[in-house]
Amino acid sequence: MDQSKIRNFCIVAHIDHGKSTLADRMIEKTGVLTMREMQNQVLDNMDIERERGITIKSQAVRMIYKASDGQEYTFNMIDTPGHVDFGYEVSRSLAACDGAILVVDATQGVEAQTLANVYMALDHDLDVFPVINKIDLASAQPDETKEEIEDVIGIEAHDAPLISAKNGIGIEDVLEAVVKRIPAPKGDPDAPLKSLIFDSIYDSYRGVIVFIRVFDGTIKKGMKVRFMATSAEAEVVEVGYFGPGRFIPGDELGAGDVGYFTASIKNIKDSRVGDTVTDSERPCSEALPGYKKVMPMVYCGLYPADSAHYSDLRDALEKLQLNDASLFYEPETSQALGFGFRAGFLGLLHLEVVQERLEREYDLNLVTTAPSVVYKVHKTDGEVIDLTNPTNLPDPSEIEYMEEPIVSGEIMVTTDYVGAIMQLCQERRGRYLSTDYIEQTRAILKYELPLNEIIYDFFDALKSRSRGYASFDYELKGYERSELVKLDILINREEVDALSFIVHKDGAYERGRKMCEKLKEEIPRHLFEIPIQAAVAGKIIARETVKAYRKDVLAKCYGGDITRKKKLLEKQKEGKKKMRQIGNVEVPQSAFLSVLKLDNVD
Amino acid sequence: MGKELSIYVHIPFCQKKCLYCDFLSFRANREQIRDYFTALRKELISASRDYSGYRVISVFFGGGTPSFPEAGEVCETLDLISQCFDVSKDAEISLEVNPASAIFDKLCRYRQGGFNRISIGAQSLDDKELKALGRLHDSETFLETYGNARRAGFQNINVDLMSALPGQDTASYLQSLKGVLELEPEHISAYSLIVEEGTPFFEMDLDLPGEDEDRLMYHETKRILKEHGYHRYEISNYARSAIYECRHNKVYWKRGNYLGVGLGASSMVENTRWSNVCDIHKYIEMSGSDGIRENLQRLTTNAQMEEFMFLGLRLVEGISVKSFEREFGRDIFGVYGDVIDRYKRSGHLRLEKDMLSLTDEGLDVSNTVMADFLLDDG
Repeated sequence: MDQSKIRNFCIVAHIDHGKSTLADRMIEKTGVLTMREMQNQVLDNMDIERERGITIKSQAVRMIYKASDGQEYTFNMIDTPGHVDFGYEVSRSLAACDGAILVVDATQGVEAQTLANVYMALDHDLDVFPVINKIDLASAQPDETKEEIEDVIGIEAHDAPLISAKNGIGIEDVLEAVVKRIPAPKGDPDAPLKSLIFDSIYDSYRGVIVFIRVFDGTIKKGMKVRFMATSAEAEVVEVGYFGPGRFIPGDELGAGDVGYFTASIKNIKDSRVGDTVTDSERPCSEALPGYKKVMPMVYCGLYPADSAHYSDLRDALEKLQLNDASLFYEPETSQALGFGFRAGFLGLLHLEVVQERLEREYDLNLVTTAPSVVYKVHKTDGEVIDLTNPTNLPDPSEIEYMEEPIVSGEIMVTTDYVGAIMQLCQERRGRYLSTDYIEQTRAILKYELPLNEIIYDFFDALKSRSRGYASFDYELKGYERSELVKLDILINREEVDALSFIVHKDGAYERGRKMCEKLKEEIPRHLFEIPIQAAVAGKIIARETVKAYRKDVLAKCYGGDITRKKKLLEKQKEGKKKMRQIGNVEVPQSAFLSVLKLDNVD
Repeated sequence: MGKELSIYVHIPFCQKKCLYCDFLSFRANREQIRDYFTALRKELISASRDYSGYRVISVFFGGGTPSFPEAGEVCETLDLISQCFDVSKDAEISLEVNPASAIFDKLCRYRQGGFNRISIGAQSLDDKELKALGRLHDSETFLETYGNARRAGFQNINVDLMSALPGQDTASYLQSLKGVLELEPEHISAYSLIVEEGTPFFEMDLDLPGEDEDRLMYHETKRILKEHGYHRYEISNYARSAIYECRHNKVYWKRGNYLGVGLGASSMVENTRWSNVCDIHKYIEMSGSDGIRENLQRLTTNAQMEEFMFLGLRLVEGISVKSFEREFGRDIFGVYGDVIDRYKRSGHLRLEKDMLSLTDEGLDVSNTVMADFLLDDG
């Protein structure tokens, strides 16, 4: 195909600025899709994404557009996630594109994540052009928004299309702008095949379906290809394009094309996202730079609620990792929870998304332990360990000192809420750096914050304290020495490893108290009294008691209606099944989750 | 022919439904009541053919309010039972009465008609509490009814008492209990109010006694009744001597055969359970045929074992290890060894010679213990 008629691009935006809706409208206008095929949001085909209104997995779609110059163009739109946690996924999608559309909500203006995403696109040498969305709303300020884009981001915005994705206004302008402002690919069609894997999914019939962007050369059916990082080789069974919500087989993918191939790849580890696929017979001389490797920031234990489902969980994680390369996991064992995995995530949202996908898509019932960041433990013998599981903290006598990860955070907020947000950052052990006023009503606050203070519910707190007006972005700055202690929880005098927690010593009491209170609410009463204690270094710092259950109501068992009585007992027994046995205490799964959300402010 | 049978007759009518009641009962006019009794008799005649080899050891008329319809209807029904079934001479024949509807004349007719046990739903002797329950009677009416029952010749009387009522405290409850004790009934049922979904109480904001208060009332009941010579033979039932233990109710706990007739009544005969339809029009229309029976369930061995345990353990004497083996051909410890051990260790179960029973602590939390006797595929 003539590369000058191809446009590979993505849409970047802050959450809720209308990225997915715009994508839908563009697909409609290009006519690849009938209205009947049109789901509400074509690109977001996972339930969880639809519910949260965000897009998590990158996916691609091909459109055919007849432009005003009379030519037909092939658009490959690659969807990107909108949340700061998914910077890594944004990065891998961007690497497959030549340009990006920046969507900015005319009622909200530029937000912290908008900046982060645009900078990432510019980092990948993409040409970015802005689109002003939601111009039909009464509170829209398109001129101010344009000005802000030019002032704050520093990209040209005066001729940005003014659109309403929701109501289909201005979509034609966007399509024309794609033709004019996104550069065409400039690959060498005669060079050896050089293509980048930007995603892949597992299909039980076809094996791994590999999503690629071809830079040089051609990939076709029957050809033998090599995955350069793993050296695995396979014969191409099928190549094709991304139709909306389905795959359209074709003959080949040429330089500049975006599409997929299958090659009966059963071992999902052979096809790593970010790897370069080349021709086995005529390999290219060097691989593409691939993606920036991203380290997990948050770890937690994942356990099957029913230990019999351990291998199901392992299989599910393996499949998930295939199209979520940022997911890390390794087996671990907990005294309280049995066999499970320690899993690493990019952030708490990523953790929640993975957890929900495991539960929904793989029908698993999970117990998740409290998330932890990675601490550096400097031991007295000079050894430094990366601590991802609080249980593994060495004895205090062997610890010289500990370090915790610190992030540089930028919070964009309207001036009314600066005070409230500063107070929040203070409470989270933030170190104030500066306040920059980007216009009269908005400021960027810069703070350094310990990562473990923001992984739980910082976003929620930020939202509630700014009535939704604050936005936040951060990046890892490095490690700093800190006074940290391990907080242990004892249920009926038995330490529950799955509930152990690393916390700053000044916050230990508060946290311990809240955890005990929360657990008291969650643990049902037993036939005996259950003390719930929080301890630091063996010393009890907080205690609550679940009182013994001492009396049933005396029901009148009437007229020989035994069925009713049995149903009551069955219900009671069912309830017990959903519990985890810790010593002789039945702890509901919800107890493990509830302690993750202690800081519900206000 | 050694087979025994008990018969339960359901009378689903009430002058007014109490606010806490979730039993099958409602108001009705004379005509509907007449049609119902006609249907009831049809069912009895039809059913009696299946029980020719059975000797009836107890009959229980419950409700609703069996004392609400005219005494003649009830007595005629009992007559019919005597004609169609082989009713033992010393059978226990009980009738539930509501103080508001049981006038002296009626009570005399019941006694003459063959009833030998009366169960009076007093619930409380505190007029405020009675009003809050939506009962039609006051304490004076109850006392009068009780006296009338004695004068009518009833020598076996039960009084129902409830605790954990709205507005009740330990003092007012014990006042009721003492008032009942002064009457020296042969039997007392003491149970607590359960606010069931679907009753008006469920929607109301009730001033219910706290947990500690409820527990205190319960323990005081046990203590005071014991002091007065009543022994507890079942979780919520006390008798002045063994001969006054309610034979009919014990059939339920010991899984004897019982035939329930009337609207919505439950039956269990030879390990098969079923119940009658709850729709009165259907019942009246189809009575006498099998069309009124539903939920027919032949109990599996596991289900039988479960019932044996959770019903039998309601009795203070408990269950016999030998009879478990006799009935199921299996050793009870082979089936329930772990559960029994666990609750013996925690002091909720006791094994003395052949009898496995709940301790006082076990009786307090019987549901929790019994739930563990359910088998996975019961």
